Amino acid sequence: MSDQTARLIEQVNAAIADGQKLNITGAGSKAFMGRETDTRHAAVLDLKDHTGVVNYQPVELVLTVRAGTPLDEIDAVLAEHNQMLSFEPPRYAAGATIGGTLACNQSGPGRPWTSSVRDQVLGIKLINGKAEHLRFGGQVMKNVAGYDASRLQAGAMGTLGAITEVSLKVLPRPAATTTLTQAMPLADAIPFMNQRAAQPKPLSGACWLDGSLYLRLSGAASAVDATAHQWQQQGAQVLDADSSARFWQQLRDHQLDFFAGDAPLWRFSVGPTEPNPDLSGPWLIDWAGAQRWYRGDEAMSDMERLATRAGGQVSQFRGGDRHGDVMHHQPAALRQLQQRLKHAFDPNALFNPGRLYSWM
Amino acid sequence: MTQSHSHKRDALARRFRTFIDPDFVIADEETMKPYECDGMSMFCEMPLLVVLPETVAQVQEVMRLCHREGIAVVARGAGTGLSAGAMPHADGIVLSLARFNRIVHIDPLARTARLQPGVRNLAISEETAQYGLYYGPDPSSQIACTIGGNVGNNSGGVHCLKYGLTVHNILSVEMITIEGERVVIGSDGLDSCGMDLLALITGSEGLLGVITEVKVKLLPKPEKAQVVMAGFDDIQNAGDAVGGIIAQGIIPGGLEMMDSYAIIAAEDFAHAGYPKEAAALLLCEVDGTAEEVQEHIEAAESLFRSFGATSIRTSKNENERALLWKGRKSAFPAVGRLSPDYYCMDGTIPRGQLAHVLLEMEKMSKEYQLRVANVFHAGDGNLHPLILFDANVPGEFERTEAFGGAILTLCVEVGGCITGEHGVGIEKIRYMTTQFGDLELAQFNAIKAAFDADGRLNPGKGVPTLRQCQEYRALERKPAKVEA
Repeated sequence: MSDQTARLIEQVNAAIADGQKLNITGAGSKAFMGRETDTRHAAVLDLKDHTGVVNYQPVELVLTVRAGTPLDEIDAVLAEHNQMLSFEPPRYAAGATIGGTLACNQSGPGRPWTSSVRDQVLGIKLINGKAEHLRFGGQVMKNVAGYDASRLQAGAMGTLGAITEVSLKVLPRPAATTTLTQAMPLADAIPFMNQRAAQPKPLSGACWLDGSLYLRLSGAASAVDATAHQWQQQGAQVLDADSSARFWQQLRDHQLDFFAGDAPLWRFSVGPTEPNPDLSGPWLIDWAGAQRWYRGDEAMSDMERLATRAGGQVSQFRGGDRHGDVMHHQPAALRQLQQRLKHAFDPNALFNPGRLYSWM
Repeated sequence: MTQSHSHKRDALARRFRTFIDPDFVIADEETMKPYECDGMSMFCEMPLLVVLPETVAQVQEVMRLCHREGIAVVARGAGTGLSAGAMPHADGIVLSLARFNRIVHIDPLARTARLQPGVRNLAISEETAQYGLYYGPDPSSQIACTIGGNVGNNSGGVHCLKYGLTVHNILSVEMITIEGERVVIGSDGLDSCGMDLLALITGSEGLLGVITEVKVKLLPKPEKAQVVMAGFDDIQNAGDAVGGIIAQGIIPGGLEMMDSYAIIAAEDFAHAGYPKEAAALLLCEVDGTAEEVQEHIEAAESLFRSFGATSIRTSKNENERALLWKGRKSAFPAVGRLSPDYYCMDGTIPRGQLAHVLLEMEKMSKEYQLRVANVFHAGDGNLHPLILFDANVPGEFERTEAFGGAILTLCVEVGGCITGEHGVGIEKIRYMTTQFGDLELAQFNAIKAAFDADGRLNPGKGVPTLRQCQEYRALERKPAKVEA
């Protein structure tokens, strides 16, 4: 547990003075994300030792931690009070931190029902490109004073500054969890998941993989049991508790066989009911159809066309050539707005140059 | 009005009438009058003109013209806002989105609705009820307020703790920039690549662009909802009971608290059966599957008893549930009956500070010689003190404002904020310096400049300029003298 704020500010000041670029890192568990650039490994602004719980009030459902705090450590602190990070942040490698989770906007299988890291952020502290340590938002659930500069960071991948502290809404752990599975072809699974999601039942996960549908129920034991019983009658089987926990953890952390190997991994964030594109490689459908993973060598432009048709966007999440843009292209007007915002936070373009987009 | 002002108005009206139905370009004082304020009627200003375009292309043309000519634009929905965020600018136009009132498309399977910005909040839930769906955020003004205004204010309501604010319940917006360019922010997916501009736009109070379409998420209507009403003879006990519910692992659909003043006013008005002798009243609504509701209602009842509730009543049917809520929902007008005017404040505090804050407010009430009633979204810490005053008594509104300012300062001091859901607008702009430092405010101004370099969108609202900040800080050092 250590407060490294002074060192971090000093380092940003030094970088301004030297005209140096800075690559923000934590544990490096998401180093594979974003673009490969010439300056990528030059100078590093390292937040992994900037750790510790600053404030935790279980009854307020609010946690404030330094950005380098590992997710595992946060989980342990929350578990003592039977609470959790409801957005189930992925750990693609050991040590994954809360700051990186927010900057990369990473949320797990429950995202459509139990919200995202972006949804649960209440406030942040951030060092901008002028080495100013700023505080946005707060530690209360409702706060509409000023622009929402905290959630703006979600997905910005550090291009606006270094997040040093994060305040989050946390939630009680569900009293009970059960997983149901049933065999189903992909084309049927997508509408079926959405039909299930449109019912007022305690659904907290809906995934399709290798011809099987996985539906997770979480909440009050009586509600989970009654729904599981009802859906069993309609052809689903209950997965044993250990297999259930393992499946959702491996899905969350990309440890299922589907994610192994070197083939490029594409992430589609699309309309949940859209029919799946016809491609030769394997698919994994999560978030009841709103997040879809695909493995295969494809051209970015082709994938963008498919994603746009499905009302959403695509990113080349892992692997493949990463010197070009790996995120869905931005229309000119949005590109200009984001460049102006970048300049507003980081006028000398110190942070993570080219990591998010070639033009950023 | 000066002659040159009148000339400017007429010349401009002619230009708007070349592309907007002339009946919907309002330039006469009488027809413009209703636009001089929003729900915060203490702040008024007459605009140069009011325009009500009908198509997105017309909105773009309005923006292009105003951008070229350097004319301020104040976008307006239903005008129900409570921070004077839609108050006109004397040298600007009011851009009313009232004619954009169509539900464009409902997708029951994807659980989304595409809406023009002038669609009323409640109309979304009414229209989607046939599919067993509804729209989550339910601000008190939901019968009248529009979804476009909800986006501008990041509106909440009584169900925020469980179902979130507007920012959690929208997928995308179509926005017209100050230059008149049309952009779509967000997508049908749950997230988009790059910075989260959707979050930035939500709650930006019309300072960054004009919303012309919104796609919202819809939720399945819970199988069942039931409410427990619990009276307490001690505010602290009621506050602790709220913490107890959360600690038990229950997230109620709604969790509201009222103080003695509000209880009596609401009961006299609505006859909901509230215990008028109670010091605090909790309304705890649990929703979900029938099994879950039963389990949690039983838990809540026994928990309230263990925290010393002096009376407990649980709704046995929908009529009774509606009745118990009726008192709470009519609390503002009910309190309003006690006084010629009331001023509704909107701070958020950490729940644990509630008893302390209420006690301090009681002291201030004596100091400022003004009565105050409290209605509290206890689940998420959003406090609505209602200060009772008489605008016809000279100096009383000024004293009310000073009292309100002291309450907001207190909210910030205990770790909260100056506005939970009503927005900053003009009303709270001078208190932005209480919550934020100069560096943060400078960063906000830089964000604004990224969208609107010349400051033509809703000028004078939301974020103070650095010059205003200096003035406000000087005022802070010399607090307004309260006349006894």
